[in-house]
Amino acid sequence: MLRKTLFTINEEELATREGFGRGLLNAGEKDDKVVALCADLTESVKMDAFRAKFPFRFFEVGITEQAMSGLASGMAAMGYVPFMASYAMFSPGRNWEQIRTTIAYNNVPVKIVGAHAGVSVGPDGATHQAIEDIAIMRMIPNMEVYVPCDAVEARVITEHIATTKKPAYLRLTREKSPVMLTDAYTWNGGKAYIMQIPEHKSVTEFAHRVGVIACGPIIYEALKAANSLAKDGIGVTVVNMPQVKPLDTAFLLRFAKDMQGIVTVEEHQSSGGLGSAVAEYLAEHHPIKVARVGIEDRFGQSGKMQELYEEYGLTAKHIVEKIRSLVR
Amino acid sequence: MHSLTDVEVQALTLRAEDIRESIIKMLVEAGSGHTAGPLGMADVFTALYFRILNHTPRHPDWIQRDRVLLSNGHIAPVLYATMAHAGYFSISELKTLRRFGSRLQGHPHREALPGLENSSGPLGCGLSQAIGMALMDRLENHKPDRYFYCLMGDGEINEGQVWESFLLLNKYKLTKVISIIDRNTIQIDGFTEDVLPLESLKDKLEAFNFHVIEINGHDFRDIVRAVGTAKSSLDKPTVIIAHTIPGKGVTPFEGDYKWHGKAPNIEEGKVALKELRSLRGKIRYGED
Repeated sequence: MLRKTLFTINEEELATREGFGRGLLNAGEKDDKVVALCADLTESVKMDAFRAKFPFRFFEVGITEQAMSGLASGMAAMGYVPFMASYAMFSPGRNWEQIRTTIAYNNVPVKIVGAHAGVSVGPDGATHQAIEDIAIMRMIPNMEVYVPCDAVEARVITEHIATTKKPAYLRLTREKSPVMLTDAYTWNGGKAYIMQIPEHKSVTEFAHRVGVIACGPIIYEALKAANSLAKDGIGVTVVNMPQVKPLDTAFLLRFAKDMQGIVTVEEHQSSGGLGSAVAEYLAEHHPIKVARVGIEDRFGQSGKMQELYEEYGLTAKHIVEKIRSLVR
Repeated sequence: MHSLTDVEVQALTLRAEDIRESIIKMLVEAGSGHTAGPLGMADVFTALYFRILNHTPRHPDWIQRDRVLLSNGHIAPVLYATMAHAGYFSISELKTLRRFGSRLQGHPHREALPGLENSSGPLGCGLSQAIGMALMDRLENHKPDRYFYCLMGDGEINEGQVWESFLLLNKYKLTKVISIIDRNTIQIDGFTEDVLPLESLKDKLEAFNFHVIEINGHDFRDIVRAVGTAKSSLDKPTVIIAHTIPGKGVTPFEGDYKWHGKAPNIEEGKVALKELRSLRGKIRYGED
């Protein structure tokens, strides 16, 4: 499933928002009920290809995130599948209640696309770095939450949610990130899947077995971390959990039973997001050690992505430390 | 749409009084809820459901139906009572208002009750939904012929989302959206002009390029005529400012903002029903 060129000099990079743009275009070609709305960020959130191809099914609403939610809700009530996009900080950041009442409570199939999520947005600073969005969206009944790890997965998830009857939140990132999955990747129904098992030996041969569960492009850091630990006798299996809600609990339980501990990794506050979802489930059903990699109750700030990953403890090095803390 | 005859006006007036009685009874039974707004809008709702709308209460999901979006969901009692009297469900169900397990939630829940087009309660959301619906209607070349009625309170126009929606309504010039603002001049904390002044509301709306009609919201001829005019406006969306008396029909409730957000107790309910019933006699027998 992983590209052979991964971790080589030929590694391909593409932002998840690019994958979304392609997926939306594909979905629009497949189904003329797919429509799109954007709050003055059309090129940035990669809706421009859809706009060019389907000008009558694209609605530029200006900087009206709250009203945009209502428009999308009304469109869905008429039998359409609206994708509404802005930066995650503004939608679902600013229009959370409108999403809750007019989309989720109405239970209509609006797809909320939050772009530029995470601190990786970089220089724009804390006001534009959505690091609470997974938390606020996964708390809403009826809402599904998706966090693609790369452009391929973003395209596949976009095509998938265009066919479902549920409200959904799709989290995207701005920066280019490694394309990890091959084009053969298809939607598996929201199941978590193992992305990488320890090299050279079978898992049981390791003195320590740790599972890393991640979502979003940051999983690349987790893969790097896992690679570096095999030589120390720590077998790290990396799992991608692209659907944070509903959580694939069947997999989680099975997986956790084979591990001594679980480390979650996400570019989000460490509370409220994937790490919380995993810890909540395991605390009730299979209490084992869980450590979360995420932002520790702080705002972001301006800087380059790598500087910010370093500052907020999101690099492979930090993930290694967390893994070691579990087997110490 | 021809002008209403005296007989038609009398029939609508009687219907509205039935609906007001139901509103009082259901609020007394529930023990909580809003009184002034529902009574004030009873005539507009009666005109809509018994004269204006193209709808089939027995088949609430009929595709050709006109859509009614209640934006200020707290006046749900008038919506429920009117729907029941129009035949969407039995009048006896009205007494379940706000009860556990009821389809008549304290604020409307679209999924709970067939015939509701939207959930509402948090203010300012209705118009944007009407716009979304009308945009899809335009995508389908307005076939079948449908209208999208958005009913708003005046207090809720405080909300920023409403002004976003006004901008969008002007951008898309959706003449199939007919907005009706209940201009009863009260909100929870007092008179609208004290809490957050709206005037001149008409000038503001006209500045958005809307076709604005001011009516007496208790005059059936006015209501029906205004909607007819709205339908003939092919360039500008229409906003109807319906001047109403909050608590209309029950003298002690009329014009008093304290009745915005509370329900009558049993005694107050008796007084209200007595006055409404005596009014019925006057309507029927032409006394004054």
